[in-house]
Amino acid sequence: MKGLFKHLKKYRKESLLAPFFKMIEALFDLFVPLVVADIINIGIMAEDKRYIYSRCGMLVLLAVIGLLCSIIAQYFAAKAAVGCASELRHSLFAHIQTLGFSEIDGLGTETLITRMTSDINQVQSGINLFLRLFLRSPFVVLGAMIMAFTINFRSAAIFAVSIPVLALIVFGIMLITGPMYKRVQSRLDAVLGIIRENLQGVRVVRAFGREKDETERFEEANLKLASGQLRVGRISSLMNPMTYLVVNLAVIAILNTGAVQINSGILWTGDVIALINYMSQILIELVKLANLIIQVTKAVACAGRVQAVLDVNPEMNFPSDIGLSSSASFTGRVSSDVSDFSASNDDSCRANDSPEIGISSEKHVPHESSGFSDTAVQFSHVGLRYSMAGAESLTDIDFSVPRGYTVGVIGGTGSGKTSLVNLIPRFYDATSGIVSVFGKPVSEYSREELRSRIGMVMQRAQLFSGTIRSNLKLGAENASDEQLWEALETAKAADFVRGKPGGLDAPVSQNGRNLSGGQKQRLTIARALVTQPDILILDDSSSALDFATDAALRQSLSVLHGRTTLFIVSQRASSLRHADMIIVMDDGKIAGFGKHDELLSDCLVYREIYESQFGIENG
Amino acid sequence: MAKSKKYSRGENIRTLRRVLKYIAPYRILVAASVVCAAVSVASQLYVPILTGDAIDYMIYRNNVNFDGVVRKLITIGVVTGVTLLSQYFLSLINNRITYSVSKNLRNAAVCKIHTLPLSYLDAHPTGDIVSRVTADVEVFSDGLLMGFTQLFTGFITIIGTLVFMLSVNIPITLVVVVLTPLSLFAAAFIAGRSYRHFQKQTILRGEETAYINEMLEGQRVVQSFGYEKRSLSDFDSINKKLRDASLKAVFFSSLTNPSTRFINSLVYAGVGLCGALSAVGGGITVGQLSVFLSYASQYAKPFNEISGVVTELQNSLACAERVFSLIDADSEIAEPWDAEKLSADGHVCLSDVSFRYIKSRPLIDGLNLDVKPGQRIAIVGPTGCGKTTLINLLMRFYDVDGGSISVSGYDIRKVTRSSLRASYGMVLQETWLKSGTVYENIAYGRPGASRDEVEAAARAAHAHSFIKRLPNGYDTVISEGGDALSQGQKQLLCIARVMLVLPPMLILDEATSSIDTRTEIKIQSAFAEMMRGRTSFIVAHRLSTIREADVILVMRDGHIEEQGNHNELMRRGGFYASLYNSQFEGNDVRDIRSGI
Repeated sequence: MKGLFKHLKKYRKESLLAPFFKMIEALFDLFVPLVVADIINIGIMAEDKRYIYSRCGMLVLLAVIGLLCSIIAQYFAAKAAVGCASELRHSLFAHIQTLGFSEIDGLGTETLITRMTSDINQVQSGINLFLRLFLRSPFVVLGAMIMAFTINFRSAAIFAVSIPVLALIVFGIMLITGPMYKRVQSRLDAVLGIIRENLQGVRVVRAFGREKDETERFEEANLKLASGQLRVGRISSLMNPMTYLVVNLAVIAILNTGAVQINSGILWTGDVIALINYMSQILIELVKLANLIIQVTKAVACAGRVQAVLDVNPEMNFPSDIGLSSSASFTGRVSSDVSDFSASNDDSCRANDSPEIGISSEKHVPHESSGFSDTAVQFSHVGLRYSMAGAESLTDIDFSVPRGYTVGVIGGTGSGKTSLVNLIPRFYDATSGIVSVFGKPVSEYSREELRSRIGMVMQRAQLFSGTIRSNLKLGAENASDEQLWEALETAKAADFVRGKPGGLDAPVSQNGRNLSGGQKQRLTIARALVTQPDILILDDSSSALDFATDAALRQSLSVLHGRTTLFIVSQRASSLRHADMIIVMDDGKIAGFGKHDELLSDCLVYREIYESQFGIENG
Repeated sequence: MAKSKKYSRGENIRTLRRVLKYIAPYRILVAASVVCAAVSVASQLYVPILTGDAIDYMIYRNNVNFDGVVRKLITIGVVTGVTLLSQYFLSLINNRITYSVSKNLRNAAVCKIHTLPLSYLDAHPTGDIVSRVTADVEVFSDGLLMGFTQLFTGFITIIGTLVFMLSVNIPITLVVVVLTPLSLFAAAFIAGRSYRHFQKQTILRGEETAYINEMLEGQRVVQSFGYEKRSLSDFDSINKKLRDASLKAVFFSSLTNPSTRFINSLVYAGVGLCGALSAVGGGITVGQLSVFLSYASQYAKPFNEISGVVTELQNSLACAERVFSLIDADSEIAEPWDAEKLSADGHVCLSDVSFRYIKSRPLIDGLNLDVKPGQRIAIVGPTGCGKTTLINLLMRFYDVDGGSISVSGYDIRKVTRSSLRASYGMVLQETWLKSGTVYENIAYGRPGASRDEVEAAARAAHAHSFIKRLPNGYDTVISEGGDALSQGQKQLLCIARVMLVLPPMLILDEATSSIDTRTEIKIQSAFAEMMRGRTSFIVAHRLSTIREADVILVMRDGHIEEQGNHNELMRRGGFYASLYNSQFEGNDVRDIRSGI
């Protein structure tokens, strides 16, 4: 809720003026029964027609003022509610952008979408009603009681008793239904989830002919939702009848005491009518208040859920001071320890025990940069355990990679390849050990700097709706067309892009549905290349490519050698065969580390992988 | 769809008629609701009359008729009890109608989704469809709830009040009757104006939802490219448009209440004037004046409510329209009445097949292929050459534009879709798992399969060992898209899913792309076992798979460029040979460069 108030503060003027004008309107409403009482007590009793005319004119005047105040109030309320909802959407969207991968894993995309859409819509209508009615209704209720006291003390006592009873009913029902609405909302989430899932897996559902079962599953969840709604309805429906009952009992009491008092000359008939009018005004306002409370309860529940997301703080803290961190290790760091290039893991077959294997002089690495011998990426005894996971996904990973090298990462399914490379751009934080990039721990980089130096191509090729150009410019807003084409050429995507009507401006639909898997993968590689990263990570990102395209791509990427430190995660030994070094992962540990030939002779795991793919050709 | 529809009354009425069709099954409840509404309104209207009578017993000092007053007060108590019950039942009944209708509507929409052609689903963003089935139905049902409760009571109150007023005094009633249409007029005017704004708001909301969907799903990509700020600013521009549209919609619609209330105040003043003047002349009693005044203020309420309902209904109709446009979309072409259940022997014949996604861009043209039972067809070719499209056609996810595909001699358009699809076991590149347990996922193609069968399938797919290590083994719940599993693990589950059903034909679209080769080699044998005697279409990237195929289809730009087995094709020295050799050319270059 506090977040909500923060946003309302931006509309302080509106959110104060709206109830203010509503109260003025209410005030004029409260005068009406008094005027009517005068008409009866003075006008009719004294048969004074002129008095009647003037008092009725006053009623019209009160109505005009009421109308004006109310229009002004509606405007301010609408402005504050809509504006606040819009701000809230903005903040939530912005907040989600700051969440780390592990928080997003935990919250779930689907939940976040509900929060951003239907929850905030509820909040909007809640605020709107709140501003218009929340002050007005209690004001009328109390005002009517005060007016009653000015008419007659004894009769007013009836007001003093019935108002707390009414309040008890209204708030009691509100308290009971609050948590019930919460449950209904979570059932709605379930319904939403099934629809999304069915849409995404529509091909599989149809392939297995499970349309009927899926429909049934949905109907079940839908039924649960409806029965939840009905259950809340049963209780909240009590509100109106019960308040009506209390008010009518009060009217009976007023008439009863009124009869006695008129008989003894303390009250006039018009006064009793005014008292009854006040009572029915109270009823009308309470009905409004009851409806309001239902709406506001819903809205508060929704706001709470939005706030819960806003309260999720990213575990990861990035130093925001870019000025400090940009002085990173690029310059003058001619590292002495060439032998950095080593892996140590007790159970690994260490093909590179002798440092000279690591950096053999015959390496055709251009020595253009003095920073060449810099360590680009270093893992020192790194372990990773995902939150809520039982076991470590990575254990004691220890290696370092000099700048400009090409590193292959190979290993079985679930062996930790992706987890390993995800630590480099700090998508997750290592739970033990230190990951350093260019000699500095990743935790000391600002988010922007770290991510801009690392290009990541993920397993799942994900594009956004727009054009090819807009997708390529995702990481480099100001890239020129030449740069885009260059990246496309390198990623072997230039040909098919050229073939599309519009070229770079060819449309890309949501998730790149209008492109094939291979096209998407190459575009995601090009997208990463456009940013000209110092470190490029390809996480199994050529899996959808046929072998010819894959080979061409690999050859084309070789121009980066020496300039860009390249990590290639792959299942295909052929893709990694010529890497400067290969990390063989097995069950979260490094099982082998070295060059292809060395691993082939020394590392059993690697040999198995290799032979499974190349046994025949190389036999 | 693309054309923005102009607000038309006819369309509204058509939508309304559709809504009524969904309400029809609840006829009896609707009738009960009308009865409860009538009783509740009549008893509510009776109370002011009783009050007026009581007041007339207490006009002058020392002249109060206490017996009369008490009698009236008891009657008020009884009538209040009746109101109480009828109001509560009314509310319960209306809840039931509304929630049931929106439940049915959601069911109908989801039912529809399962019959829609994939061309529709591929063309509509998931978020948009989801928002139709959830948010739009919700707004619609809220509107309907309000509509039901208030429209009925509103009309009945108006009629009841008129009857009661006429029975007391005709001239004063005329004042009320003449002035109140102004209220309706104002309400209708405002409703007409705000509908357009509501519609615009609905459209922008859909747009924003689609954007949110896309960005949140791609959050990892967004973050890794530091795209956060720009995505936020894109979002803000949609958000701002939505804000402006919402402000108009909300403000204009909220004018209804003050305007009608104003007119009601005028009516109240008018009744006060005529009533008081008439009372001076002895035409009515003070008690009757109090009845009129209370009616005048109650008479205000139904108009307020009806006008509120009108705007709310407009809004909910706009949403209903979007839901119906989904429900009314064309389903897949119906199966002919005499569609037979296919019992496939694995003979597949494509003759002169042509297909295109976009009218102006032919993709597959004149494709001929004759596959004999048990043959293994490897489909190779550069990415984007139409391999996936071929699968879409085989499974009849899309229908051919020209030519025909037949299985076992039957044109696939003449057999039931379910029997056709059940004849294929499909493992796609994009792994989809449903939320549910591992067991449920593997048994997806054969619900009710025994534990042992599922485990055997998992073993055959080499998924058993990792499943065992999951926290709850086969009962581990996989959530939303299976995020906790690796891509390869998901693929193993997808394979196990097919292993369990073992249909006569197989479609494997790069089925093992995410599985490491060690695991793959293990399941190769299982695959080989599975493929024996089964016609298999394999979109293949791995040489070993391709070489062992009976027929290699080399595709290029939607055509079958070449067709034959490995040796034939290599001998021919055509496109396939160059594709095949390119793998090693690439290696050679690297070999030289890196000095090995």
